[in-house]
Amino acid sequence: MSAHPASGIGLAVRHKLLPILAFVIFALMFGLYLLLQPHGIQTSVLVTASNKGALLALVAMAQTLPVLTGGIDLSVGAIVVLANCLASNLVNGTPAQIGLGVLAVLGTGVLAGAVNAMAVVVGRLQPIVATLATSTMFYGVSLLLRPSPGGEVDDDFASALTGDVWGVPVSLLLLIAVLGLLWWPFSRSVTGRGLFAVGSSDASAFMSGVPVGRARASAYLGAGLLAGMAGLLLTLIAESAQASAVQAGDFTLNSIAAVVIGGTSLFGGSGGLVGSVFGAFILRTIGDLLFVSAASPLWQPLFQGLILLGAVSLGALPLLRVRNRLELFR
Amino acid sequence: MSDATTAVDARPLLELQGVVKRFGPVTALADGTLCCRPGSIHAVMGENGAGKSTLIKIMAGVLSPTEGIMRLDGREIAFSSPAEAQRHGVVCVFQELSLMPDLSVADNIGITAPPRRWGLIDRGAQLAEARRLLRLVGCDDIDGRERVRDLPLSRRQMVEIAKALGRKPRLLILDEATSALTADDVGRVVALLKRLRAEGMCILYISHRMHEIRELADECSVFANGRHVASFPFGSRTEDEIVRMMIGRPLSQMYPPKPPAPRVAPAPLLEARRLGWENRLRDVSLGVAAGEIVGLGGLDGQGQREFLLALFGCLSGVTGEIVMDGSPVSPRGPRTAKADPMRLALVPEDRKTEGLMLPMTVAENLSAATLSRWRRGPLIDNRRERQAIEEMQRRMQIKAVLDLPVATLSGGNQQKVAIGKWLMLGPRVLLLCDPTRGIDVGTKQEIYRLLRELADAGTAVLLYTTDYDELIGLCDRVAIFRDGHVVRTLEGDGITEEAILSGALAMGGADHGTERAA
Repeated sequence: MSAHPASGIGLAVRHKLLPILAFVIFALMFGLYLLLQPHGIQTSVLVTASNKGALLALVAMAQTLPVLTGGIDLSVGAIVVLANCLASNLVNGTPAQIGLGVLAVLGTGVLAGAVNAMAVVVGRLQPIVATLATSTMFYGVSLLLRPSPGGEVDDDFASALTGDVWGVPVSLLLLIAVLGLLWWPFSRSVTGRGLFAVGSSDASAFMSGVPVGRARASAYLGAGLLAGMAGLLLTLIAESAQASAVQAGDFTLNSIAAVVIGGTSLFGGSGGLVGSVFGAFILRTIGDLLFVSAASPLWQPLFQGLILLGAVSLGALPLLRVRNRLELFR
Repeated sequence: MSDATTAVDARPLLELQGVVKRFGPVTALADGTLCCRPGSIHAVMGENGAGKSTLIKIMAGVLSPTEGIMRLDGREIAFSSPAEAQRHGVVCVFQELSLMPDLSVADNIGITAPPRRWGLIDRGAQLAEARRLLRLVGCDDIDGRERVRDLPLSRRQMVEIAKALGRKPRLLILDEATSALTADDVGRVVALLKRLRAEGMCILYISHRMHEIRELADECSVFANGRHVASFPFGSRTEDEIVRMMIGRPLSQMYPPKPPAPRVAPAPLLEARRLGWENRLRDVSLGVAAGEIVGLGGLDGQGQREFLLALFGCLSGVTGEIVMDGSPVSPRGPRTAKADPMRLALVPEDRKTEGLMLPMTVAENLSAATLSRWRRGPLIDNRRERQAIEEMQRRMQIKAVLDLPVATLSGGNQQKVAIGKWLMLGPRVLLLCDPTRGIDVGTKQEIYRLLRELADAGTAVLLYTTDYDELIGLCDRVAIFRDGHVVRTLEGDGITEEAILSGALAMGGADHGTERAA
């Protein structure tokens, strides 16, 4: 195709155009937000923004993995709420108890992911239906764990993870650690690349001898783990829990929006977790911007919707070039 | 490479004996027998539907055989997946490619066993390996970091070959692997295959292109109707003999008699003049008169499908002219094409996705293309609709309960519904895309009779079929497509299997472009 191969940087930019675009949009929006701050840039402002952003970013990352395989996980929000309810019971007491509690919460997330993986990979159910069903199951368990809102969380532990170290928000560091220590190695493992391969063309992946089932299962397991982390962070921020179906639904829908804005294709195969993080940050910043600009919060859903529609339209542009009208339906 | 790979011995590498593959009642491969030796190139030949693809899929571990024995190095073996076949050194370059479009070229080449460091994929080493393999197939110009999606089809096919070589095959199967390549690339592949043969690799070469087989093949096996016909050293039989082996079946009395050819060629009802689209249709001029069945022949995917889609208005950016009743028309989609005055009907190739709405009932499907006819005011007149549906059921002899989902029907009855749905329109021109694929013989005969009756009643019929028998038995005229051109038009007694095959395959010196003007 190209007699003169493009430079490595040029190719990288072309392949990561949408995530880069998401980052630029976020940077502009966040810069504007900081400028509009009445009291200037303070650590507390950054910490609050980071905590809220990191929470949605973790859910969006969880959602990204199944979407990359060409599936979807409608239960990520419910897993967040489930982990939240469990953490409000367990993350308390001696440091050892807290540690075990954290492990139990994350383990539950993985377990929930395993249920989804079983349904999708072994049961061969459609992801959208399977995770819709499991989502209700997870919510049911949450209700049993926490019939009424409340709960106790160890104060020191909570403020340590939702505070700052030398002015840098801890939640942001956690997010970077997850990307660097979990996602980066995973995306460079054979299973991790299998995830992209399956989403890009599952028949080709199978023909090439890619372990298709393992790649799919890993996506749902990873989604469970990341959603579990989000639930834990939610508990530490709120210092309480509530088994709320509305909250679960909001998380799920916002996660899908963040994934799309971050440049991951809903058909699977292309995109990544980093884009989704920026997508989540953009969604959060919309609210903050409207808040500091003293606009009514009533405007927020409208703007959020417009931005989402704009992002999806970008992805649909190639359809304008289709010359065989039958291909529009494929 | 080590001595083991360079040592040439005559012991068979892979051997198949009496391999059978059935899909329910359909036998796709009745007798798969083949024997490939190291250090040789073995050509497998046969018409569409001769069982070649099934044979290859069994060897590559995609399908498992119903019966029969497969031996590797003299030991009986069964592959449960492509991955297992690859571990044993059997690697296939599939016609439909096995690349993942969103992954980079290097990722695709190294997809199953990439070089690793500390358990993680070493991208630098992987890229270097991809470059080495691309250089091996003579494609230094492909950047390993490029996404496969961004490459044109011919480049992708070269990547697919490089990918296969990266698996260190002992038996390399190439299934129509050169179909989309440019002449330059074909030259490179031919040279490469000769080199690999000299290094002791066993190569199975499936192609419809006679000149490539002529250049490469040491041995040749011919398949017809799912059966192994003969294996022989290439050159021991003439090409005529090979063609006759490929045909290998008597023409039966399946077809209704054709009317005598008219003295004067009738004026075409629908005519395409110098039709072009992308690079799939080039200068196609072809007309069909009322009462005539015109067949579109040639190998699969030479533009026949696109031609029908263009007439039906499914393609945008079509150049040239479509003329109906002597005046130009421009169908902008199925809605205008099916409306008066054109009244075209297209029975699409894939009845499960384009022809029918599977979960809906037989009745709903039958009236789907003609709903506005059964309208009274804004509502559908159920009684009139039902009458028409029942009439069509009788006429097409659809053996089914009208109110059950069409998905519950057999393939033959489904196809009758797909055709009947369009006959309710009373079309002036009927376009059909491989209407008898995967259908039992009885239903086929019914469809043939129906098409002839329609033609006799004044319908113009354009039929694309991959079955040469149908072109000979059913059609009044046949246009052979190759590479988007109509390379030959056959009429009356001139429609013979030899003429069709040699036109389609460009054999016997037919390929000099002189006939394109005809």
